[in-house]
Amino acid sequence: MRHWLPVLIAVLAACVPLVAHSHFLVNLATLTVFSAFLGQCWNISGGFGGLTSFGHAAFFGVGAYADAVIQTRWGISPWASLPLAVVLGAVLGAAIGFAASRAGLRGSYFALVTLAVAEVLRVIASASPITQGGLGILIKLNVTPGNFQFSDDRVFYGLAFLMLALSMAVAQWLTMSRFGTQLAAVRENEDAARALGVAIVRTKSAALALSGGLTALGGVLYVQMFLYVDPNIAFGADRTVEMLLVAMIGGAGTVWGPVLGAILLHVVADTSRIAIDAPGFAPMLYGVILLLIVGFLPKGVAGLKGWFVRA
Amino acid sequence: MPDAPLLAVSGLSKTFGGLAAVKSVALDVPAGGIVALVGPNGAGKTTSFAMICGFIRPDAGRVCLAGQDVTGWRPDQVAAAGMVRTFQITQPFAGLTVMENIRVGAYLRIANRAAATQAARDVGTRLGLGPMLDRPAAALTVAGRKRLEVARAVATRPRLLLLDEVMAGLNPTEINEIVGLIRQVQADGVTILLIEHVMQAVTALADKVYVLAEGALIGAGTPREIAGNPAVIEAYLGHGAAARMGG
Amino acid sequence: MSLDLLLPAVVNGLLTGGVYALVALGLTLIYGVLHIVNFAHGSLLMVGMYAAWMLATWAGIDPYLALPLVGVLMFGIGWALYRGVIGRVSRGQDQAILLATLGISVILNNLALVLFSGDGRTIDTSYSFSTLELGPLLVSVPRLISFACALVLAGALWAFMSRTETGRAIRAVAREPEGARLMGIRPERMFALAYGIGIACVGASACLLLPTFYVSPQVGDSFTLVAFTIVVLGGMGNFPGALAGGLLIGVTESVGGVLFGEQLGQLGVSAVFVIVLLVRPAGLLGRASG
Repeated sequence: MRHWLPVLIAVLAACVPLVAHSHFLVNLATLTVFSAFLGQCWNISGGFGGLTSFGHAAFFGVGAYADAVIQTRWGISPWASLPLAVVLGAVLGAAIGFAASRAGLRGSYFALVTLAVAEVLRVIASASPITQGGLGILIKLNVTPGNFQFSDDRVFYGLAFLMLALSMAVAQWLTMSRFGTQLAAVRENEDAARALGVAIVRTKSAALALSGGLTALGGVLYVQMFLYVDPNIAFGADRTVEMLLVAMIGGAGTVWGPVLGAILLHVVADTSRIAIDAPGFAPMLYGVILLLIVGFLPKGVAGLKGWFVRA
Repeated sequence: MPDAPLLAVSGLSKTFGGLAAVKSVALDVPAGGIVALVGPNGAGKTTSFAMICGFIRPDAGRVCLAGQDVTGWRPDQVAAAGMVRTFQITQPFAGLTVMENIRVGAYLRIANRAAATQAARDVGTRLGLGPMLDRPAAALTVAGRKRLEVARAVATRPRLLLLDEVMAGLNPTEINEIVGLIRQVQADGVTILLIEHVMQAVTALADKVYVLAEGALIGAGTPREIAGNPAVIEAYLGHGAAARMGG
Repeated sequence: MSLDLLLPAVVNGLLTGGVYALVALGLTLIYGVLHIVNFAHGSLLMVGMYAAWMLATWAGIDPYLALPLVGVLMFGIGWALYRGVIGRVSRGQDQAILLATLGISVILNNLALVLFSGDGRTIDTSYSFSTLELGPLLVSVPRLISFACALVLAGALWAFMSRTETGRAIRAVAREPEGARLMGIRPERMFALAYGIGIACVGASACLLLPTFYVSPQVGDSFTLVAFTIVVLGGMGNFPGALAGGLLIGVTESVGGVLFGEQLGQLGVSAVFVIVLLVRPAGLLGRASG
């Protein structure tokens, strides 16, 4: 690995919250790492695959509700929701990828259909008795590891970190594998790709399944950290937008982009809160940053540093 | 009994909203040979190519590759079966390097990254792209991009390569180089079907030429034979031209 | 299912649908001319509604009277957005424009949140609850007025696009920018104009919606989806399609709400959207195009 020193520094920095005795630091780190993880999940299909999704919350929410429902309705251990979430997220991803590719939906149309799917799920969650509708589901506080609830915040931090590491491993794999190259070819030029034997529908569906399955894991972790989910938290547009922003701002299609993006966004959020502590102010700044990136730095922050690891 | 052709196309037809773009085209390409498809602009050559390779569904007709009916197959399936096309307007993967472009083709047959990379480098070097392998594909000249189109396709180890106006936009020196390139590809065991306007290349390369005009075949034969064919002359130079030329 | 419940729902749906159609007309105009999907559309509608709300609450101007003012204001905002942001990135890839309009929507939604907080706001006018008897039906007066205004404006837009020099220039640029340039028309100006007009439609619709609706920072998102559904249903860039689609969606939403409850009425709309996109992306009336 060429860039071993920065990676070492990053890993060491990541260990700081574990040894520092600061709730604030641990919480901040957890949220940042979690953000980076979700951004990386979006990046897998959106950055590496060029499939700009405006509805990734669909996968997040499916994982979140799977976790909440099996616990509260059927008393099944929340740990079981991890594999369940991955399967549900992957199946949903494959379905969307298949249907959208077959219908030839690209670019804006693809973004639209993903937006609509997330919205459909949001409405279903608001109306369905299984998800307790708009009230949402509250998980009973019962802090034991068997219940996927921990008294020490650092465990959640560690889990988020593991998920991030997993997603980065997948991203790295994309830069080095046959599938990743084929996905990049589809992203760059579909006709040329199919002329060279790349099956478009299969490739796109696989990318979305991969991204969807991982994103759903995030939903599970969220529910266990906050012990509450409702249709807006699960499927709301804010969720998707943050994932997208983290990936695009940091550098879509790169392995480290989402990490940089998450750090940048959280720095912005926390410093802006010092200046103006109003809800919506930080997200508004995110929007401005997105415009700046799109206009001046299309490769994101990662493009600046030349840490580009191309697929 | 003569060897069955590698590619046998019969009755290929396509109508677009009332306009018959291709009318019952038939052609054979013998294994190891080079066949050219020529004709004035709008004759239906590229549409025929697109149908042969699966980019457009034919309204009627059959396409057989090495005896297997591949009519209506998707382009990626056709490529996997060994028939690969290039594009008239080059379509590089702009964000990737030259080697990475070629490697996409290599990955069709080779799963291992190191092996595919090596194969891509080998094909690239063999087809004259050696010095440019690690440069971005976007940095290539027009002639370079044409080479890349061919290299990418060759990397898939095709049995049959369809070249769509690969000479378009090249100066005479570049045309000569590409002619040499195509000869080399043929020598490496690839059969070739090409659409071409540049007659010098057709005469230099093709064993057999099919002439298309207004969607229909109007002549077939060796380059010499069709050059003297009145119907062909008329198609290119207009009505009565053959008589004026005393043909 | 009795007619007593169904008929008013259909009528209500048509009346609201007329205004939806005006919103969708703006969106379809923008797509037809600039070939971009304006993800900021709903957010701009929200901005228009807040503008109308402020004029009504602080300056006492009735929304219907404020319509010309808000329309011009929103035209200006749209024009400026195109010149300042969208036009600049439109040279790049499709994804850039997509993200630019998304960025604008994020900024506007959150700016509203910062300035007005999340509560919904309404206005009270003297006629808010007046009704008119039309045969067996009791029709809400503001809805009727809004519907009529929407139709008039749609007609005016159509007349502008087909009868005036500028309208024809815009249509020329939509079809063939380079050809239009050769004829002395400046495509960039026409694009900015078209975007501005599209947002003016949104501004007008905002005034027409405010008497019977509430405004909050979140309404943008829900209207965006409705507008997209209509445009996709009617065919992107298709004017009559947007009108027909607007009425159809208005009725679907209203009848669905009566039959299945408010929430599931919305589901009907979103489900229609997904199905149309996957089965016939060119829309029910649209042409299959690239």
